[in-house]
Amino acid sequence: MKIGFFVPCYIDAIAPQAAISSFKLLRRLGLDPEFIESAACCGLPMKDMGYARTACKVEGAVASHMAGYDHIVMPSGICADQFRNHFEDVPQTPEIKQICHAAVDLVTFLHDIIRVDSLPWASFPHRVALHNGCHSLRYLNEARPSELMIPDFSKAADLLNLVDGIEVGYATRRDECCGFGGTFAIWDKSCSGQQGLDKVNDYARNGFRYVTSQDMSCLLHQSCVARKFGLDIKFYYIAEILNGDAK
Amino acid sequence: MSRQVNQVKLGAEFIADTPHRESNDRCLWAARMRRDKVAATLPEWEQMRDLASGIKEHALSHLDEYLVQFEENLASRGIIVHWAETAEDHNDIVLDILRSHHVATLTKGKSMTMDECAMREHLESNGIEVNESDLGERIQQLDNQRDSHIVMPAIHKLRTDVARIFAEKLGSDPANDDPTYLNSVMRADMRKRYVKAQAGMIGCNYAVAETGTIVMCSNEGDVDICATVPPLLIVTIGIEKVIPKQSDLPLFLRLLSRSSLGYDITQYTSHISAPAPGQEIHVVMLDNGRSERLGQSYWPVLKCMRCGTCMNTCPVFRRTSGISYDANYMGPLGLALMPSYDLHRYARLPFSCTHCGSCGDVCPVKVPLPELIFYWRQVVVENQQSLISHDLEEGLMGAALRNSTNLQHAEKLGLWALRHTPSAIAESGINPWAEWHSNPVPPEQTFREWYKDNACHNDKKTDK
Ligand code: SF4
Repeated sequence: MKIGFFVPCYIDAIAPQAAISSFKLLRRLGLDPEFIESAACCGLPMKDMGYARTACKVEGAVASHMAGYDHIVMPSGICADQFRNHFEDVPQTPEIKQICHAAVDLVTFLHDIIRVDSLPWASFPHRVALHNGCHSLRYLNEARPSELMIPDFSKAADLLNLVDGIEVGYATRRDECCGFGGTFAIWDKSCSGQQGLDKVNDYARNGFRYVTSQDMSCLLHQSCVARKFGLDIKFYYIAEILNGDAK
Repeated sequence: MSRQVNQVKLGAEFIADTPHRESNDRCLWAARMRRDKVAATLPEWEQMRDLASGIKEHALSHLDEYLVQFEENLASRGIIVHWAETAEDHNDIVLDILRSHHVATLTKGKSMTMDECAMREHLESNGIEVNESDLGERIQQLDNQRDSHIVMPAIHKLRTDVARIFAEKLGSDPANDDPTYLNSVMRADMRKRYVKAQAGMIGCNYAVAETGTIVMCSNEGDVDICATVPPLLIVTIGIEKVIPKQSDLPLFLRLLSRSSLGYDITQYTSHISAPAPGQEIHVVMLDNGRSERLGQSYWPVLKCMRCGTCMNTCPVFRRTSGISYDANYMGPLGLALMPSYDLHRYARLPFSCTHCGSCGDVCPVKVPLPELIFYWRQVVVENQQSLISHDLEEGLMGAALRNSTNLQHAEKLGLWALRHTPSAIAESGINPWAEWHSNPVPPEQTFREWYKDNACHNDKKTDK
């Protein structure tokens, strides 16, 4: 099994710990991930704003580095969704189709593909709020969105529950979007900011001091809002807890 | 050229108004929670959505047959059917009918389809008194403001706002904002108007082709008064409202009220199929671009049955209110539909969305709203309807992100996501991030740097 490891641009620059914990965790699980060093951005920001032609150039560029892996693991639901469901501006060659199919979010990979069932090194004796990022939740089907009347499941919660001492909970408005939305945070700063503030206040009202998510972009947004408004909440990317790095 | 609607700017004004924002958000979220609760009691809920979507798709792809069948059935029982290709045609037809019956005053139930034609304004400018009979719609009429929601037109207002408007326009006590009192003010005023009305006008939720039945769902009973008290009734129906069979109807009725307000069924479900003795009924079938839309890739938006639940769930809508969209259809539906009415005017709307996907999952007829919103973003960009700052952003980001060497340069220049992108797309020159966020704590090293120092020699043991 040849495993590639893709590090989204924003994680590399601003939240490298998410990638470091993910990379270490994969190795600890006995795998040999290969960091795809030359790959940069998946094209999501341009795609998001409707720039299909630029997205195409970026998609083509990134794809040229990503062929030949059985799985390309990425610590970011939003980017995995881009590869799996929206990588459509480049010609759909068999190679591109293989890359899109191989791209996988870390949580899906751990839960569905290698089926992790124990994490003996991980302990986190705290109550932690799980924020299922919208893309992981509604586009990658990593949990039941509260809108859908289907049997309940949550892949991220299953993984977290393998951690010693943890108590996983949710904000009252469990699946409400925190307002990051990629370029939306800049396009509509007021609404994005208000959504973020409502979200972190929801955690605070419920007494949460720790929050985790499989989407680092949500956490970056939420943590910066929380700090701005003086809330003492710590935000950890899920792999930081699963690998025992979060303290 | 039409003026472009700036939802972000209008929305920011509403966000800054904390009491209104909190009330709007609370009321609509409560509707969403009720919806979740009642939907969860039906084990077949998701199958119902699939089925309803399928019936709508079938009806839309056989619209020509079902519309003819519907018309024939209506005509066979003496209902007069008119066809309006455009909003202007619609308004002309209605005005003609009213003039030939010497109508000076009428009462009208809530109808987004009539609003789409700006019919009330047209009739009023032609000297006809139009009295909205739905409470929320009446509040908006008296306040001279667009609806903020297709099902709850005045949901963005506080009780105190209503007390003020009623006091100004209807002479009630400005200090009394008790809902029962305000309702009684509305009722007393409307009763006088119902008695005087020479015509009634209503919209339609479902047009059953097989039986020629006009089905109208409401909660206040006003629609039935409009439809039965005056001797003349005019019904406006968008051509996409047709459903094939009477046996399809229960499915839609079970979905509609549960979705929109979270109640099992609307208080009133009225079936109109023939004039009462001495009554005359006219039906105006409105196209206004629908048959054109049917041939476009975004045609699934026509499945919409106007329940409004996509608005209730939308995190942007709840915080910015429907008023900020300055459009007849607002919220996720508005984003997916309004650009097809006027691409320039509504060019910015499709960007008022975080892509959380919730609207698509609540929609009872499975309109693929997130995909349609995405689609319109691309159309806007392709048609150069975008903002100049967007193009700046494209240039910067395209160059920075195309390869990792450029990206590393960008990183070295300092957190591109926070510096380059914002200053390029933000309308203000200053860092828009800082208003709501602290800046992220800069990491000691990037992942790439860490990897070079620690992991690239593939020495697994050192990692443990
Ligand atoms: S798009 Fe769907 S959810 Fe929105 S109003 Fe129409 S039917 Fe309701």
